Amino acid sequence: MNDIGASLALALRLITGGDPSLWHVVLLSLEVSLAAAALACLLGLPLGALVAVERFPGRRAAIVTLNALLALPSVVVGLVVYLLLSRAGPLGSLGILFTPTAIVIAQAILVMPIVAALARQFVEDGWRDYEEQLRSFGVTPLRAIPTLLWDLRYALFTVVLAGFGRAASEVGAVMIVGGNIDGVTRVMTTAIALETSKGDLPLALGLGIVLLAIVLALNAVAYAIREWSAKHHG
Amino acid sequence: MERFLSRLSATWLAASFVAALLLATGAKAQDFITVASTTSTEQSGLFKHLLPEAKKALGFDVRVVAVGTGQALDMGRKGDADVVFVHDKVAEEIFLGEGFGVKRFEVMYNDFILVGPKSDPAQAKGKDVEAALKKIAAAQAPFASRADKSGTHAAELRYWKAAGIEQPKGAWYRETGSGMGPTLNTASGMNAYALTDRGTWLSFKNRGELVVLVEGDTKLFNQYGVMLVNPAKHPHVKKDMGQKFIDWILSPAGQSAVAAYKIDGEQLFFPNYKPGAA
Repeated sequence: MNDIGASLALALRLITGGDPSLWHVVLLSLEVSLAAAALACLLGLPLGALVAVERFPGRRAAIVTLNALLALPSVVVGLVVYLLLSRAGPLGSLGILFTPTAIVIAQAILVMPIVAALARQFVEDGWRDYEEQLRSFGVTPLRAIPTLLWDLRYALFTVVLAGFGRAASEVGAVMIVGGNIDGVTRVMTTAIALETSKGDLPLALGLGIVLLAIVLALNAVAYAIREWSAKHHG
Repeated sequence: MERFLSRLSATWLAASFVAALLLATGAKAQDFITVASTTSTEQSGLFKHLLPEAKKALGFDVRVVAVGTGQALDMGRKGDADVVFVHDKVAEEIFLGEGFGVKRFEVMYNDFILVGPKSDPAQAKGKDVEAALKKIAAAQAPFASRADKSGTHAAELRYWKAAGIEQPKGAWYRETGSGMGPTLNTASGMNAYALTDRGTWLSFKNRGELVVLVEGDTKLFNQYGVMLVNPAKHPHVKKDMGQKFIDWILSPAGQSAVAAYKIDGEQLFFPNYKPGAA
């Protein structure tokens, strides 16, 4: 209990203290997680929508696979990306192991199934509601995907945030492919893991509270933007 | 419909542009070398102290990835590091023998210590690590082992062997499969004995009931070595910058920077490079 109290006080000091190295870690965390979420949405939203509206052989298998991938262990993803990007691996010549790019790739692979699986659910429901109407205009399922995604944008917003949350909270894969290099690939979660390793539990928890506060603030802003735009453009 | 399509593709384009931009900035080439080192040097805080001085002297970044010695050498074998900086002489010489390292230099040493609960149920306290391990095994007192093929783990297994215990087994011998810090956290949580390097111990804050029980045994000496990964095996190795870093840490300036690192007035690592005696 004492530890948690100390951590709260420490977290407050960390947030108000403006330590530049802490803000660098925070910014890097946000940057890579947002990039990973964007990349994952780029692939995941159309993929999820496609599976939702199109009827093709193996569709059920695709749905089951997408849902199963939600349980993808992050360390496995980290290991696979590590082996791919290692100098001894097929993409080794790129030389991007232990860079933020490697982190973005691993996170995007982890986030993509979440985005795709959730998008499929939303779009499938939307398609059920609008199918008749859209078909009467002569719109094929494939052509309906952009309309559906746009129409469901507020619901899909939650999907994007879920993806971002998964990316920002990830530690296992990020540690392996990033290497937790101070000032280069140290993000909030790996910094927390390092302080835990050093037995500095109050500082580790303090950093955890800082991360939580930032994610909370970001979500609040996102929610406000969504409300505002729904009112003005909805 | 067309409007929707164009708006949507615009959003998509913007998103991909942002993603690509971030990817590009991440991959931007910079002057740096990658050093594979051990958790003991990272978690003791040595690199946090050393790297700014290295950068000042060398003019490029030294990026440290801290893993166990076994994994660090493996990073060297794969060509994912330019320099390895580890502490397991036997494994280092195998690495050299395989042709993955150019030359091994001894940089500094510290020592291992045996820590355990203040109550010391196995009566392990003393000056002799082998005697202490024998008592712990006889009492079947909980012992937390790294079990991660790190330098400390290799040393621990050598001490068990020397104590006449080929491979400790049983519910009392707990393999954490993790770094030094996490293993100390485990030992602290269940009042177990553990072998640790002094550097990690001095900077470790979550000690609970744990205290130092065996120290000062000459067998507990822990030597660190540094090697350039062989450019003949991996042509992309930054051999000039890597060698400059090695030269710096072996120079009087580098050696005194190592000696200057202290926690609460206690020195953690002792430089011992001897020119000519590689």
